[in-house]
Amino acid sequence: MYRIVSKKILNPTVTQMEIEAPRVANKARPGQFIILRVDGEGERIPLTVAGVDRDAGTVKIIFQVVGATTELLNHMEEDDSLADFVGPLGVPTHTEGIKKVCIVGGGVGCAIAMPVAQEFHRLGAEVTSIIGFRSKDLLILEDEFRECSYRLVVMTDDGSYARQGNVTVPLKEMLEAGERFDMIITIGPLVMMKFVTLAAKPFGVPVTVSMNPIMIDGTGMCGGCRLTLVRDGKRITKFACVDGPDFNGYEVDFDEAMSRGRMYHYFERRAHEAVCNLFREVR
Amino acid sequence: MPNMSLKKNEMPVQEPEVRARNFSEVALGYSEEAALDEAQRCLNCRNMPCVSGCPVNIRIPEFIGKVREGEFEEAYRIIQKTSSLPAVCGRVCPQETQCESKCVRGIKGEPVGIGRLERFVADRHNEYSDEKVILPEPNGHRVAIVGSGPSGLTCAGDLAKKGYSVTVFEALHTAGGVLVYGIPEFRLPKRIVAREVETLKSLGVEIETNVVVGKTVTIDELFEEGYEAVFVGSGAGLPNFMGIPGESLKGVYSANEFLTRSNLMKAYRNDSPTPIMKGGCVAVVGGGNVAMDAARTALRLGAENVYIIYRRSMEELPARREEVEHAMEEGIEFMLLNNPVEILGYEDPADPRHPANGFVNGIRCIKMKLGEPDANGRRRPVPIEGSEFELHVDTVVMAIGTSPNPLIKDTTKGLEVNRWGGIIVNEDGLTSRENVYAGGDAVTGAATVISAMGAGKTAAKAIDEALSK
Repeated sequence: MYRIVSKKILNPTVTQMEIEAPRVANKARPGQFIILRVDGEGERIPLTVAGVDRDAGTVKIIFQVVGATTELLNHMEEDDSLADFVGPLGVPTHTEGIKKVCIVGGGVGCAIAMPVAQEFHRLGAEVTSIIGFRSKDLLILEDEFRECSYRLVVMTDDGSYARQGNVTVPLKEMLEAGERFDMIITIGPLVMMKFVTLAAKPFGVPVTVSMNPIMIDGTGMCGGCRLTLVRDGKRITKFACVDGPDFNGYEVDFDEAMSRGRMYHYFERRAHEAVCNLFREVR
Repeated sequence: MPNMSLKKNEMPVQEPEVRARNFSEVALGYSEEAALDEAQRCLNCRNMPCVSGCPVNIRIPEFIGKVREGEFEEAYRIIQKTSSLPAVCGRVCPQETQCESKCVRGIKGEPVGIGRLERFVADRHNEYSDEKVILPEPNGHRVAIVGSGPSGLTCAGDLAKKGYSVTVFEALHTAGGVLVYGIPEFRLPKRIVAREVETLKSLGVEIETNVVVGKTVTIDELFEEGYEAVFVGSGAGLPNFMGIPGESLKGVYSANEFLTRSNLMKAYRNDSPTPIMKGGCVAVVGGGNVAMDAARTALRLGAENVYIIYRRSMEELPARREEVEHAMEEGIEFMLLNNPVEILGYEDPADPRHPANGFVNGIRCIKMKLGEPDANGRRRPVPIEGSEFELHVDTVVMAIGTSPNPLIKDTTKGLEVNRWGGIIVNEDGLTSRENVYAGGDAVTGAATVISAMGAGKTAAKAIDEALSK
C-alpha cells in the first residue's frame, strides 16, 4: 500500500497529492510517469510525476478529475493508502544541449510541464514559460512557474485573468520577433499541442510533445498506447509508454491520436456519472 | 489387470452452448472413479517413454501407480518433487505433443490421460490436504527473481525449498505473469494460480509487486541491495502487429491488451471499471493458443460471430488440439488459409464528429495456398492473386505473437541478446553476465508454460550450485 502523505486542492478540478513510494521517488526524473490503482478492484491510470522528494521517499502527482477513477482518487484523504503505485515509467525528457527553451503548458498539462521547466532552470537553461487556462478559476502553479522562468506569460481563454487568448498567440509573437529557442516543449491537450507544433513549423524550431494516451501496463505489454509517427513519408508505430511519452511534434499523427483517445468516451462518461451518483448517495 | 479400453476416460465439460456465454471453467475435472479407471490404463512401462516427453521429467508412471492404489496424496508428492505448479500444468500443458505423445497406449488407441490425472491429483490435494509446510533451514543466501510467471515462480519455489531467501519482483499488481493476464478464467481459474502463489509464500518467498526491473530498479542495483544471483523470467511481453493499414483504428487490439483487459482487469465482469469492446463481430488473427483464448473470450463477452483468421491450414495450426476442438464446439468460425491485408474503418465525410468515425467496420483478407516448405519444413503460405474479399467486423484482435521486452536488456550492461531480443544463455541458464540467469519466454520467445517452468528449474539448480560453492 502507498500512503497519501499530503493532499492539496489546486483548483476546483485539480488536486495535488504526495504519495509515499520510496523506490519510485529514488528513480523518477522529469517527464516520466507512474501508474496507480486507487483500490484492489480499480483500473490502472497513468499520471506524470510532478516532483519527488528523495529524502522523504515521496512522489508528487497532480491530477484533474475527468473520470471515474480520478473522482475516486479525489475522494481519498491524507493517510489513506493507494493499492498500487508503480514507476517511474517512460523515458525522461531530453535536456542535453538545450540552452534556451520554451515550455508551453495548457490546463492540467502545466502540472507535467512544471517539473520539466524546473529541471531546465536547475541546469542553467534560459526558460520561457507560456501557460494557458480556460479561465481564472482553473489557474494553477503560477508561482512555481514564475520561480523557474526567465520570462512567464499567462493566458486565459476568456480573459478573466492576465492576457486573453490561447498559448499559440504569444508563442507566434515571440517567434515572429526573432526569438530562437533550441527547443519548444509543449504539454497539454492534444489539440493544443497540434497547434503549437503548427505555429512553430514556419520557423523551423524543434518541438517536443508529451503524449498521454490510454494504456494498461505501461511497460510495453498491451500496445494500447500505440501512436503513429510519420518519418520521411513512412508511418511508424511507437508505444508511448516505453518509447515516449515525449515525441517529435512534427512526426506525430495528432488526428489519429485524438481519435484513439476517444475510444471509450461513452463508457467513461457513464462510469464517471455512476461514481458521482454513488458519492451523492453517501452524502 | 490393466484397463485395455482404447479410449481415455472422457473429461466432463460444461455443455458448449452454456459455456460459450460464461467464464466458468470449461473442463470440470475427473471424478475419483474416472481417475481410478484411467490410472488402470497405464502399463507401467519399464523404460517410461512418457517421462522423457515431459520438460520437467515428472515421474509419471510412479504417480499414476499411486493413483491406482488410491494414494492420492502420495501421488501429489511425487509430482511435486519435480513440478511447482501441478494444478496449472494439468490444465494448460500441450500433453498431446509432450508426455502423451510418447505413451505406448497411443500406438493403438488413445494414450493415457496423463494431464487429466495430474489435474485430478493436484485439485484433490488442494481441496483436502491440510498438510503444513515445513520451512527449510535458511542458508543465508539471497536471490532475486524478475517476473512472477511460470519460470520465475518455479525458480523461486525450488530455491526456497533449499533454504534461499528469495524475493520475486513483479511489474504488474498481481503475481502470476501470463497465468493471470493472459490465460482466461475459463481455462485456468485465477484462484488456482493464487493458491500456487500462496504455497510459495508459505515457503518464505517474498513477492514485491509494482516493481518494473529496468525502471524502478536495475539488475546492478539488485546486486547492490545484497542479492547474490538474479534470475530473469520477464517473459515475451511485447505484442507484434502486422504492419498493415488500419491497425490504429479504434477496435483493433493486440491479444495482450484484449486478454489483459478481460483477465487481469476483470472487464468480463459487468461491474468492472475497465472498458472493453463487446458484442458484434470479432476477427482474431492468428492460430496459436493465445488466438483461441482471445476468440473464446470475445464470444463469452457477447460477440455474435467470432472468426479465427489464420494463413495456413488446420494441420499447421499451432494451438493445443483440445482448445481448437472446444472453440469449434462453441461456434468459433475458422477461416483458414486467409490473411488480412487491411483493416477498414468507418468515416463519415459529411460529419467529422460522427461518433462512429475511426472505429473498425471491416477487414479485407486475401486467400492463401500452401507452397513449398520453408527452412523449418513448414509449408509457406502464398497469396492467391485476385482473391481479396471483405468481411464485416467490429473488433480485430491481433494474436500473431510477442517479442521479449527490451527493458532489462537496455538497462543491463553486458547482457547479450540474440537478434530477436531473446536473452542468450548457456545450458544452465547462465547469461553473459556473472550470476545473472534467465529462462522462459525472455530467452526463447513465446513458448509454453511447462518449458518456462523447465528453464526456471534448470536455473535454480545452477544458482544453487554456484552459490553453495
